[in-house]
Amino acid sequence: MKLHNGTEKKDYSPAMIDLKKRRRLGETVIQSLLFFAGFFSIFTTLGIVYELGKEALLFFRTPAVNLFKFLSGTQWQPHINEFGILPLVNATLMTTLIAMSIALPLGLAVAMYLSEYASTKVRDTLNPVLEILAGIPTIVYGYFALMFVTPILRGIFGRDIVDIYNTASAGLVMGILILPLITSMSEDALNAVPRSLREAAYGLGATKLEVAVKIVVPAALSGIAAAFILGISRAIGETMIVAMAAGAGPNFTFNPFKGAETMTGHIVRISGGDLSYDSIDYDSIFAIGLMLFIITLSLNLVSQRIVRRFREVYE
Amino acid sequence: MTAEAMRPEFEYTDNLHARHRAGRIWHLVFQAATIVGIIALTALLLNILDQSLGYAVYEAKVDPATLAMNGIPLEELPKADLVHILQGNLSSGAFNKLNHEQPFNERSRQNVYALVIERVVRYKIVESWNLWESLLNAGEIRARAAQQHPDAELRFVSWLRADFISRPQSSEPVTAGVRTAILGSLWTILITILLAFPLGVGAAIYLEEYAGNNWINRIIQTNINNLAGVPSIIYGILGLAIFVRALEPLTSGAVFGFVDPTTANGRTVLSAGLTLGLLVLPVIIINSQEAIRAVPQSLRKASYSLGATKWQTVWSHVLPNALPGILTGTILAISRAIGETAPLVVIGASTAISFDPASPFSKFTTLPIQIYQWTARPQEEFRHLAAAAILVLLALLLSLNASAVLMRTHFSRKF
Repeated sequence: MKLHNGTEKKDYSPAMIDLKKRRRLGETVIQSLLFFAGFFSIFTTLGIVYELGKEALLFFRTPAVNLFKFLSGTQWQPHINEFGILPLVNATLMTTLIAMSIALPLGLAVAMYLSEYASTKVRDTLNPVLEILAGIPTIVYGYFALMFVTPILRGIFGRDIVDIYNTASAGLVMGILILPLITSMSEDALNAVPRSLREAAYGLGATKLEVAVKIVVPAALSGIAAAFILGISRAIGETMIVAMAAGAGPNFTFNPFKGAETMTGHIVRISGGDLSYDSIDYDSIFAIGLMLFIITLSLNLVSQRIVRRFREVYE
Repeated sequence: MTAEAMRPEFEYTDNLHARHRAGRIWHLVFQAATIVGIIALTALLLNILDQSLGYAVYEAKVDPATLAMNGIPLEELPKADLVHILQGNLSSGAFNKLNHEQPFNERSRQNVYALVIERVVRYKIVESWNLWESLLNAGEIRARAAQQHPDAELRFVSWLRADFISRPQSSEPVTAGVRTAILGSLWTILITILLAFPLGVGAAIYLEEYAGNNWINRIIQTNINNLAGVPSIIYGILGLAIFVRALEPLTSGAVFGFVDPTTANGRTVLSAGLTLGLLVLPVIIINSQEAIRAVPQSLRKASYSLGATKWQTVWSHVLPNALPGILTGTILAISRAIGETAPLVVIGASTAISFDPASPFSKFTTLPIQIYQWTARPQEEFRHLAAAAILVLLALLLSLNASAVLMRTHFSRKF
């Protein structure tokens, strides 16, 4: 066969074309590199588990520490060898509780408003506002707690009752921090409920509120619950707000107007100075870190589980 | 029709009124909640603005009036006289050092004037107020300043000014700036990007294009989702143990024969960048995965049908179409890294350094760290400086986010 450019082309019969998959070295190398990139994050997890576990083990091996006293002691004073984590856990729980009691109702209400009531125009202006709120660094929230919320609390309740550093102000501001998270996740869940469900309820004569509360929210409950749990996990792991506003020094108190150091706040304060590697302080931050990791990881897993297990799938 | 038969309808209308009222009330409640959210954001921004402007009392160590020569006030003196004042008031060593940095005959008059103000006059801030107080009680503040600090000067200042950005960190509020911190942030972020971007995009390509549905890939995916939820401080602890302690020879540069005179013991820009890289990696992977998933299957099929290999398809068709999404996701992840404070405190950012980071093996401080340290000080002036630094940080983040949004709208294609 003569081709138009003059060269002779061999006539291939279909049987002569080699359709076998050829091994291409370049492709294999690239694929292994990509696999390595994917696998890399496993190393991060292994690193976290190994380092936290190793140093925490060293910490618990120290004669001054035992696991039972660590979990039940109400005093955390390294200089007299008292290592009871309860004051730190208690402060963490208090800030988290205050934050969630702000963020859950408010976040859910905003999500309901945005998904059920607001016009498209309002939604398109408010969603960026929430995104801005979510993008502000936590250090700015910490500053806000210390310089704005604390003075207001002191003005309302009196300077003798409210300390300069207190868990109430840290918790309140943390609630504002978590608000966008709860709102956007709940809104997604509400939006995922199909229109037909709403229309059917309207057809039966339900009011807008009844549709929202009795039809849409129950259908989206798994997503809302997941948002709630993820919010708790964020609040427990949140650091800068509590480090700046909640107080320096472990304090076992249930009074939200007193200063008390949380787990994260303690880690930041202890490691802020030049920490020597063989001190018990160094090991103790790994023990607290391990505790924090276990709590937040299990909350995240529960949240994912809820989404997967209870999600209503609509055709 | 009997009255009994009408009954259900009466009940229905009776109820209707209450139901509508409940609907209206809750509508208001939901609206109010939204407004509360907006108020919180506004209060936060206003509070920072409030702290970054206001009256301050400047007390001079040497009164500028006494430096006037032949009846000409200091501000109007020619350069030669200003140099003369410097020579007269500084030790000869300090004067020669200045001359060595840049000879006086090459310096501008303005530069020399600034030196006189900084080194001879040496203003100190003795008292300061925020904007709200300054506006409401201007008279009281003036009276108080005149009474308590008769020799000092009351000025209305913006704590955020041009030289605040160009000056290095200092222990004196008047001369303190954020240049060191901005450069530290940029260095750190550069390393973060170098680590996290290729790894993150690579991982996303693997998971979306190559990975089959088997146990190992499922573990990788679950693991990434979980890592995204780990608190940032845990990454700080990891960075402290691995990059600062275990890999100290590498992160302090000793492996490369780099000896930093101000030894940082592995608490370097490199350690910080790598730690933040690990922190944002899962976020970049998840965002990139979404972008890659959005590329329609038909493009890949078309490429394969022309005989392209897998990698050719990915490189020439999938990636170019997913790139805007990948970049947007990466920018958002990077802006998270820029605002991150806790992990850097844990790995040991330096508390007070006034020299610029010169290499990945330098000690460092970053903008958020600087804000944290200034806020932690009891003096009011540093709180104002922290507010000004927050404005710089927010401006930086805002421009990053705006560029992400622009990129999304500019490059986004509909299939």
